[in-house]
Amino acid sequence: MGDDAPAAPALTPVAEPIDWTYAPSRENPDLVSIDDRYGLFIDGEFFKPASKQWFTTLDPSTEEPLAEVALADAQDVDRAVGAARKAFGGWSKLSGAERAKFMFRIARLVQERSRELAVLETRDGGKPIKEARDVDLPLVAAHFFYYAGWADKLEYAFPGLTPEPIGVAGQVIPWNFPLMMLAWKVAPALAAGNTVVLKPAETTPLSALHFARICAEAGLPPGVLNIVTGAGQTGAAVVGHDDVDKVAFTGSTEVGKIIQRQLAGSGKKLTLELGGKGAHVVFEDAPVDQAVEGVINGIFFNQGHVCCAGSRLIVQEGIAEEFVAKLKLRLDTLRVGDPLDKNTDIGAINSADQLAKIEELVAVGQEEGAAMYQPSGDLPVRGYYFRPTLFTGVSQSNRIAQEEIFGPVLSIMTFRTPDEAVEKANNTPFGLAAGVWTQKGSRILWMADRMRAGVVWANTYNKFDPTSPFGGYKESGFGREGGRHGLLAYMKTEG
Amino acid sequence: MNSSVVPLSKALPTPVTATGLKAYLGGVPTVDEVTVTERVASLGTRSIKKESKRAALELAIRMMDLTTLEGQDTPGKVSQLSSKAVRPDPSDPAIPSVAAVCVYPNMVPIAKVAVAGSGVKVASVATYFPSGQAPIDLKVAETKRVVDMGADEVDMVIDRGAFLSGRFIEVFDEIRRIKEACGSAHLKVILETGELVTFDNVRKASMLAMAAGADFIKTSTGKISPAATIPVTLVMLESIRDFRSMTGQMVGMKPAGGIRTAKDAIKYLVVLNETLGREWMTPDRFRFGASSLLNDVLMQIRWLDTGRYQSPDYFTKD
Repeated sequence: MGDDAPAAPALTPVAEPIDWTYAPSRENPDLVSIDDRYGLFIDGEFFKPASKQWFTTLDPSTEEPLAEVALADAQDVDRAVGAARKAFGGWSKLSGAERAKFMFRIARLVQERSRELAVLETRDGGKPIKEARDVDLPLVAAHFFYYAGWADKLEYAFPGLTPEPIGVAGQVIPWNFPLMMLAWKVAPALAAGNTVVLKPAETTPLSALHFARICAEAGLPPGVLNIVTGAGQTGAAVVGHDDVDKVAFTGSTEVGKIIQRQLAGSGKKLTLELGGKGAHVVFEDAPVDQAVEGVINGIFFNQGHVCCAGSRLIVQEGIAEEFVAKLKLRLDTLRVGDPLDKNTDIGAINSADQLAKIEELVAVGQEEGAAMYQPSGDLPVRGYYFRPTLFTGVSQSNRIAQEEIFGPVLSIMTFRTPDEAVEKANNTPFGLAAGVWTQKGSRILWMADRMRAGVVWANTYNKFDPTSPFGGYKESGFGREGGRHGLLAYMKTEG
Repeated sequence: MNSSVVPLSKALPTPVTATGLKAYLGGVPTVDEVTVTERVASLGTRSIKKESKRAALELAIRMMDLTTLEGQDTPGKVSQLSSKAVRPDPSDPAIPSVAAVCVYPNMVPIAKVAVAGSGVKVASVATYFPSGQAPIDLKVAETKRVVDMGADEVDMVIDRGAFLSGRFIEVFDEIRRIKEACGSAHLKVILETGELVTFDNVRKASMLAMAAGADFIKTSTGKISPAATIPVTLVMLESIRDFRSMTGQMVGMKPAGGIRTAKDAIKYLVVLNETLGREWMTPDRFRFGASSLLNDVLMQIRWLDTGRYQSPDYFTKD
């Protein structure tokens, strides 16, 4: 048999490594059809704004306009609040099981349309399609399913408390997770029997408007959910409206403070989910390669536009050099670019304003003497992009160690003892989230006891689940979203 | 990828002693299973299309150790497999040969003749594969024997019993003696990760095998379930990266067993590409140990070329 070895010389394997690049693998942008213009969703229908004003929302990855959106003024907001007030009576009197039916229907429709909604979220906001597809949309559906399940069990949620909705909820949400933040706010509000006026962020209004259509399709009674689009003034009109009983805001600490001031003495219930400067504490005994992975995901997920982003790394001195070197290697493999490409890890910065803010703080970091590292490689010419960035040699007193950058920028500091780690982790005005990396179970508990943060993740980061409460300490806000706690924010607690 | 080297301090101090080795392995970082699994799942969503898919499939063929390790093996079977190794697709001469055929010691002479002149290497398992439960002198003798018969590469198994009972120095010495016996033949060290069970063990065994002189580290014999998995491969690749930082040496990786589809092979290559980078994208530093993978890869290539899937009957089964 060996005799008939092939006559022609076979191709010999060559030892030279190949340059393997990934061909573009672009999700079809036309999976979602975007209208030229979107009105305000009030009382179950879309209306032109009384203000007669419109604004443009862009695709931040190309700077191309996507659609015109109504700019709601005080009169429009008043109309929306009126619709919500009118609907409140009927909605709050429905049995929990009936409300749940609508919510389950919405959850299922979101699941069915998740591909289209993911594309919309990516086009309007700039986030990588793989995150919109694998994180945002599944969590949106999960939140509706979860709170739908509570709707007929409210009397068991808080023993001793008679379940009673508050009334009309005015909700103002940010641009980093447009649909997910909507779900976090709308789902518990509806489950508890409230009606809603929601204002999505100025730069990312589209998914909320498509969600409004889903609600209409699900037969949600008119006025139960109203969407008013606009900028800061529209939001101020929502939270300041006399007939709004409950205000929920997620966004910057600066605006949160203004709202709290505005609402003082009004008797309105308020929850605020504000900024953060999350600390990752990495001990010498940490699983190093996985800690690197966790730190990378903690800060570069969604371009760092995450209120709980792990934007500070506090690493034990003994492994700091090795750890930072490994972080840099990993940074080099991140793929920055077209958010619709399924292989993109870091998409577009949400807006020109946000990009300018990141650039400003990064310049400050350099002036303050911290050493900056960014991978090389080209960025797209059009659109708002920023390279993933590390700063080493950062001091507690540096602005990049204290202020929320809300971009793909990590500030790295070191520590020597556990006490010092706790002190540094807590030493900011914020307290939303923190991470601990160590093999030692007892140390995880010791650290979690001492870190003043609403969430402490152990050997992981940025894990969300509708059953788990989320919220801040200090300037990161108050009140909790998610879980049974999230329900409490939408129920009367007195009497 | 940036080739800057991570400043890992401690290479294994010489002369190697039982306590020195234990201390060295004690300094090997632990592995967090949850994050490893997540990382692999996330890399599994990479979308590899068109020319990058084509390049990956060709590379996968060139990286393949086409394997038959059965009690039923006969000279006829090995000859046929070897022909396939040299010319995987008789209808398409542009398809490259695989890297090697991997056979039992008895079959080395048969394979040698069948691949002669083709550039395809002959790899033989040795050291009383798959259990490794034999005296060291016999293992050394078997290794010498297969090398004398012309094996270009030797796939040895480690003594898992010794490793699991903490007798690291025995495992180390054994690998070193087998490496000596190999002479110029390349040594692949099979950790049999399915028997080591934990990622922590896999990482330690990887560092041990590399320090003892492995040219490649390999997941499995294919006789134990689970055989190769992508998470285990990632942990071993990270060990290879650390070893490179400590010593400058670039050790190869061979997942083996259970890799049956082109889609899986591409996932392995993604993990390789994004963990060790370009320098490892060569058959000299990465191999697939597989038997049925080849035809699926050929089928996918045919699909890329023609836009049609063909019946398995159009691909030879050897």
